[in-house]
Amino acid sequence: MPNLGIDVLFKGKNFLRLLGGLWAAVRISLISVAISIALGLVMGMLMTSQNKILKAVFRVYLEVVRIMPQLVLLFIVYFGTTRVFGWDLSAEYAAIIVFSFWGVAEMGDLVRGALISIPKIQYESAQALGMTGLQIYLYVILPQTIRRLIPLSINLITRMIKTTSLVMMIGIVEVLKVAQQIIEANRRTSPNAAFGVFAVVFLLYFIVCWPISRLAAYLERRWS
Amino acid sequence: METAYIEVHNLSKTYSAKNGNVEALKSVTLSIPKNEIFGVIGLSGAGKSTLVRCLNLLEKPDSGEVVIDGKNLLTLGKEQLRLRRQKIGMIFQHFNLLEQQNVLDNVCFPLEIRGIPIKQRKEKALELLQKVGLGDKAEAYPSQLSGGQKQRVAIARVLANEPDILLCDEATSALDPETTKTILNLLKSIYDSMGITIVIITHEMRVIQEICTQVAVLDGGTVQECGSVTEIFKNPKSRAARRLLLMRETEEMSDVG
Repeated sequence: MPNLGIDVLFKGKNFLRLLGGLWAAVRISLISVAISIALGLVMGMLMTSQNKILKAVFRVYLEVVRIMPQLVLLFIVYFGTTRVFGWDLSAEYAAIIVFSFWGVAEMGDLVRGALISIPKIQYESAQALGMTGLQIYLYVILPQTIRRLIPLSINLITRMIKTTSLVMMIGIVEVLKVAQQIIEANRRTSPNAAFGVFAVVFLLYFIVCWPISRLAAYLERRWS
Repeated sequence: METAYIEVHNLSKTYSAKNGNVEALKSVTLSIPKNEIFGVIGLSGAGKSTLVRCLNLLEKPDSGEVVIDGKNLLTLGKEQLRLRRQKIGMIFQHFNLLEQQNVLDNVCFPLEIRGIPIKQRKEKALELLQKVGLGDKAEAYPSQLSGGQKQRVAIARVLANEPDILLCDEATSALDPETTKTILNLLKSIYDSMGITIVIITHEMRVIQEICTQVAVLDGGTVQECGSVTEIFKNPKSRAARRLLLMRETEEMSDVG
């Protein structure tokens, strides 16, 4: 059996460092996902409004997010704003801003799609029962919307988690960066480490994302 | 002559569609007496659905008045209208239950919205389910019920608000003739026991014949004819009424055949 080079992970605090890196990535994605879901729900509701100006603004926002590579956004927010506006953003804040900017747009669009797929008669029968606008949203529309949203938003969430590997480009030491550092530091003693360490990184991402997709499958089954 | 409970004066409503405007209602005037089962019949596109949806202002008319119990709904504020709507029950062709909640919770729902404590609303909901003959289905989900049972749940739900008016918008159109009959019987027993004004919108003459005392025939957005059911069945004056009667006969023939 060839030497996979996993042994470097057991030298010193290497494995703990790797987990620390994973936590950095997960922390950024969790905060961004939370912001994206909360603001995305609001944004999706606003996107269904008939206001033309509002609609145009959201359209442009959504297109920007879709067209711009996340890496470019990260560079603009982290490096660009420091020079132009003199903002002293930490790399982690910059990452959270970019990932939320992305997540809110996509989540908003998913919510919009789910909302307009609810038949108009649902609103009307709720109105006929004498409910307020807020009650109609909270008790009738949102529960149905959320059910349709689960599979779509889980897809978005796991994509966001995976894309956090980009943040190493603005100097955040997340799991992939730590892995690289470990491999570099042990280049001479274990030249095969690249395979083993990256394989472990893969496993770590899997361990984070898999329960989320299982949870989604469970919720879908329970609510259908 | 009974006093009118629901009055509609010169009600007009035009929808703007891509290929021109559609005049759904053209200056409709109608008065519906208290404690009556009143039918509105017409073919599809006659404007009957628009008319019934104007009665609780789900649809805002372009002009005219909707006066219920002496109050013009169009002059009510948002909050007053909402509270008035709670007393105008409405049931629909496709029932519109909450599919993720069981039958009991569906019936509890309007009570929950009104802030009634959980114990009282459960009691009341069970009582209503007994009344509509679904006492044993409280824990079932709508997907496990037949169409007729779903409509019974919808009726129980609407009764939870103790309405004084019940609007039925093609409430039996998705049901087979047998089930239609049982739902109409249920409506009749509710009418007998509660003293409620029922407005039934339908395209089926047999529904009118089965349950209504008075009927308005709607065609092309105007009332063609209005009066007692027996009178109109015996001696239809308008072309629309004659056509609907003719359709009923062919329906019956096809039922036999």
